[in-house]
Amino acid sequence: MKENLEQLRAMALDALNHAHSSAELESLRVKFLGKKGEITAILRQMGSLSETERPIIGQLANEVRAVIEEAIADKVRQLEANNLSERLISEALDVTIPGKEFLIGRRHPMTIVLDEAKDIFIGMGFNIAEGPEVELSLYDFDKLNIPTTHPAREWTDTFYIEADESVHLRCQTSPVQVRVMENQKPPIRVISPGRVYRKDEVDASHSPMFHQIEGLVIDKGVTMADLKGTLNLLVHKLYGDKTKTRFRPHHFPFTEPSCEVDVQCVVCGGSGCRTCKQSGWLELLGAGVVHPKVLAGCGIDPEVYSGFAFGIGLERMTMLRYGIDDMRLLFENDLRFLSQF
Amino acid sequence: MFISRKWLSDFTNITASSQEYEDAMTMSGSKVEATVELSEEIQKVVVGRVLEIERVPDSDHLWVCRIDVGQDEPVQIVTGAQNVRENDMVPVALHKSTLPGGTKITKGKIRGVKSEGMLCSTIELNVDKSDFPYATTGEEGIFILQEECNPGDDIRPIIGADDSIVEFEITSNRPDCLSVIGLARESAVTFGTELNIPEPVVKGSGGDINELLSIEIKDPELCLRYTGRMIKNIKIEPSPKWMRQRLRAAGVRPINNIVDITNYVMLEYGQPMHAFDYACLDGGKIIVRTATKGETMNTLDGVTRALTTDMLLIADAKKPVGIAGVMGGENSEVTEDTQYVVFESANFKGVSIRKTAGALGMRTDASSKFEKGLDVENTLPAVQRACQLVELLGAGIVIDGIIDIRETPFKPTKLNLDAQKINKLLGTSIDESFMVQTLTKLGFDVVDGVVTVPSWRRDIEHFSDLAEEIARFYGYDVIEPTLHEGSADGGFTPKQIAERNVTSLCRALSYSEICTYSFVGQSDYDSIELPKDSPLRKGVTILNPLGEDTSIMRTTSLPSMMGALMRNWGHRNQVARLYEMATVYMGIGEKLPEERPILTLGAYGHCDFFEIKGACETILREMRVKEVRFAAEQNDPSYHPGRSAAVFSGETKLGIVGQVHPTVAKHFGVGEAYAAQIDLLKLLDCAAQERVYVPLPRFPAITRDIAVVCGMDVTAADLTNGIFKSGGKLLRDVKLFDVYTGDRVQAGKKSMAFSLTLRSDEQTLTDEHADEALKNILLALETQFGAVIR
Repeated sequence: MKENLEQLRAMALDALNHAHSSAELESLRVKFLGKKGEITAILRQMGSLSETERPIIGQLANEVRAVIEEAIADKVRQLEANNLSERLISEALDVTIPGKEFLIGRRHPMTIVLDEAKDIFIGMGFNIAEGPEVELSLYDFDKLNIPTTHPAREWTDTFYIEADESVHLRCQTSPVQVRVMENQKPPIRVISPGRVYRKDEVDASHSPMFHQIEGLVIDKGVTMADLKGTLNLLVHKLYGDKTKTRFRPHHFPFTEPSCEVDVQCVVCGGSGCRTCKQSGWLELLGAGVVHPKVLAGCGIDPEVYSGFAFGIGLERMTMLRYGIDDMRLLFENDLRFLSQF
Repeated sequence: MFISRKWLSDFTNITASSQEYEDAMTMSGSKVEATVELSEEIQKVVVGRVLEIERVPDSDHLWVCRIDVGQDEPVQIVTGAQNVRENDMVPVALHKSTLPGGTKITKGKIRGVKSEGMLCSTIELNVDKSDFPYATTGEEGIFILQEECNPGDDIRPIIGADDSIVEFEITSNRPDCLSVIGLARESAVTFGTELNIPEPVVKGSGGDINELLSIEIKDPELCLRYTGRMIKNIKIEPSPKWMRQRLRAAGVRPINNIVDITNYVMLEYGQPMHAFDYACLDGGKIIVRTATKGETMNTLDGVTRALTTDMLLIADAKKPVGIAGVMGGENSEVTEDTQYVVFESANFKGVSIRKTAGALGMRTDASSKFEKGLDVENTLPAVQRACQLVELLGAGIVIDGIIDIRETPFKPTKLNLDAQKINKLLGTSIDESFMVQTLTKLGFDVVDGVVTVPSWRRDIEHFSDLAEEIARFYGYDVIEPTLHEGSADGGFTPKQIAERNVTSLCRALSYSEICTYSFVGQSDYDSIELPKDSPLRKGVTILNPLGEDTSIMRTTSLPSMMGALMRNWGHRNQVARLYEMATVYMGIGEKLPEERPILTLGAYGHCDFFEIKGACETILREMRVKEVRFAAEQNDPSYHPGRSAAVFSGETKLGIVGQVHPTVAKHFGVGEAYAAQIDLLKLLDCAAQERVYVPLPRFPAITRDIAVVCGMDVTAADLTNGIFKSGGKLLRDVKLFDVYTGDRVQAGKKSMAFSLTLRSDEQTLTDEHADEALKNILLALETQFGAVIR
């Protein structure tokens, strides 16, 4: 019997070695370990054995059963592993095929630049003020100390709504600042971005409608040096810490002293190129210390408070940022253009 | 403003190079646009003396000349000109020379004869008869020089091409800088050089102007001062070369000595002048008055002008002879026959001149200066300078006496110089002595802290104006940047945040942002089929638009969006999904229109009604708009009557979504297109303010699907509402998941399938609960809508 068991073990292990499917394994399990299997058959003959032989053979039989069970379990794991790796191989993809396309809309390039500017100013403690585009001349001209003789008031320069010149399309966003000053006590820190209108024919660098971001700071003891510091900070955040600025005297009716601010050409870095007309500088901002007359006209005591104001053209900032050479592209709304940003 | 550096050097001696001059002047406030170096345009052109001239063999028109150009050996040059004689002095472009316009001259052979350069005509040197009246004109004639010169001399100083012409951008507050003297003053302060403005000296010749002429100002409000002098024995001839060159450098065409003198003084002193032929002044009178009703006159440019009663005229006893500050009259023009001339040097009110010039559509050099407001003290020195030049040029004899009329004497502005206040405004610590020094050099009088502003600086009226004067010469670039310490409570308003959120939702839905003009034309309203009597046509109208198509502020954002779709369609972009937060301008309220931002969507390509509706639904859902519903909209002429819906929140109409009416799409040349217009402010009004946490359900939900068959006129909204109303408190959600028409339902009917979710917060629901709810629902649908279970 012992030989039979040894033989059975060898047979079973050999058969298992040649099994290649879970079905074969199952039939082998039934054949060797089942209720009507070979081990059971041998154990049934245990009665014919002597008292001394019986435990020895019994132990051997259990041993053989355990070995076969273990071998089957091994084989099952092995087969599962094989199956899995075969499946993984069969499921392999060409991962270089492009992924599913998720279309996301784009911001207009001017909005990207405007949002960035807004975030910079919000970070400096500013609020964002809004106001009407169809505006009273009172706010866009008179309260800004713009003399009645100023060329901006010409019918060739400004779009008028009322024949008596009392209402027109604002030619700057400064009237928003006047409205803020009339309605808010200092300290004031606002920017007023928005659409403005000037009677220019459309060409590569002009548009009858364009956008400005104007800013206003009013508090006790605000100086021209503060204006320089704030605008330097803005330029550094927009164009990098090393970008140089140049403050040139200029004239605006609502500020005194007034200046224009040039930044080192962002294209050539100041060495001179086509964009900066070989000057190394790009005109970016108009700015100045708010004229005391403007403060007084808005109910703010110029003996107590002072402030500065500035204005930037959003189209120009955007064109410089992305190297856009024709302003018309910004208003043509061609997706081939818009989808680049 | 173009100024010759040579002319400037009459008043202050500045040795800076062009680049140094440009930079320094720009940084002190007189922005230089460009400098033109006349000398750079001409290279290696010299004076030559013709030694010998003979015919080129076998040619009937070519000559070969041997010319002394100041070198060891004469050069040989072939010319086709017929006006060259032996001993003539001529301009010679040598081998490898350059002429204006970039023409390069090199040696070569003509008809086999060696030619070592070219003889130049006036045209080739970019001068003309007004510079050199004696010169032959035309291509064929060589410029035979009558100037004092020697063979080998550089031609450039001889023809005045050794100057630098500086172009300034002068701001509107500085009309004093529209003159050589004004810019000389700025230059002198910038470079720390001496400024020397000689007082004009007129010798005179006896006689008395008052015996010949009287001047009367009828309207002293508009004519602040009128100064006149007279010249007799006028000899009209070309003015000298130096004067012509300076005029040309400033962009003024030389005409004759008298006209050139008035222009020269205008450029030098910034004071426009005029010369009248005295013989044409009836009654020997000049009367400054406004025009009478219906009066007309012919101006110097030969045009008959209809005048209005607010226009200021220069008249004689009988007729107008000039439009004050704008242009003289044809009837009193100085001509070859003129014997006596009256010089006018006057000061007119800027606004009046601006209005007159604008109304007549004739902005002249004079009017553009007057309208900025000129120095009332300048009329006398200017007329004196003109008379000095008359004597210098021998253009006539100056009659003694000056008529100088003004109602009110000039009263200078006085300001306190408060150094501390100025430093406080600038954020600097500039010495008071520097302030006094700078102001003094600029022509201000500073005595005991009181500043007297010079008459030519009408822009200075406040201490902050003084601060700017000091700052720009102290140097804007020297001021140390600082940051003001202040409160920092900045941030976006809820509306601004909402606007950002809405637009970012649009992009998440694949819509890209566009930016369109706010103005449209009536034809755009035609294109969207807006009825002729629509109130939307009554918007804000621009009185002076660039064109009809940009003449009204839009009352609807649809035409702008359709324009953008059209352009993309035209560029063959296959798919377009566009959005704009577009402001519309609704009527005129009190005084100003109401400006409302309208979220506008536009789409074509792989789109249908339910896609764009879905986009709107997503936006409204994510913005937490309450009680959103859609109702068929059949009456908007811009949209498909069967495929558009009004968007509501409760009873508030937020806007419209749908297929663009095929007729409208056709007007814009696009195919099937979709759009939505949603009023942002109304949307925000209807949005729930805060998100509130809802506890997660403790008990599981039961779902039931039902399909009912109903008439075609029953809508999904009808059934959904019916289900909600009859479903009881356990019914939590209803979703339509299928609509079917076809073989498997009766003709003229449709089947709609809904998925219902029921849940209780108190217990796990059983089938009995669900069956009970379903029974009520089906009963309600049948009785209300004739919808029966399928």
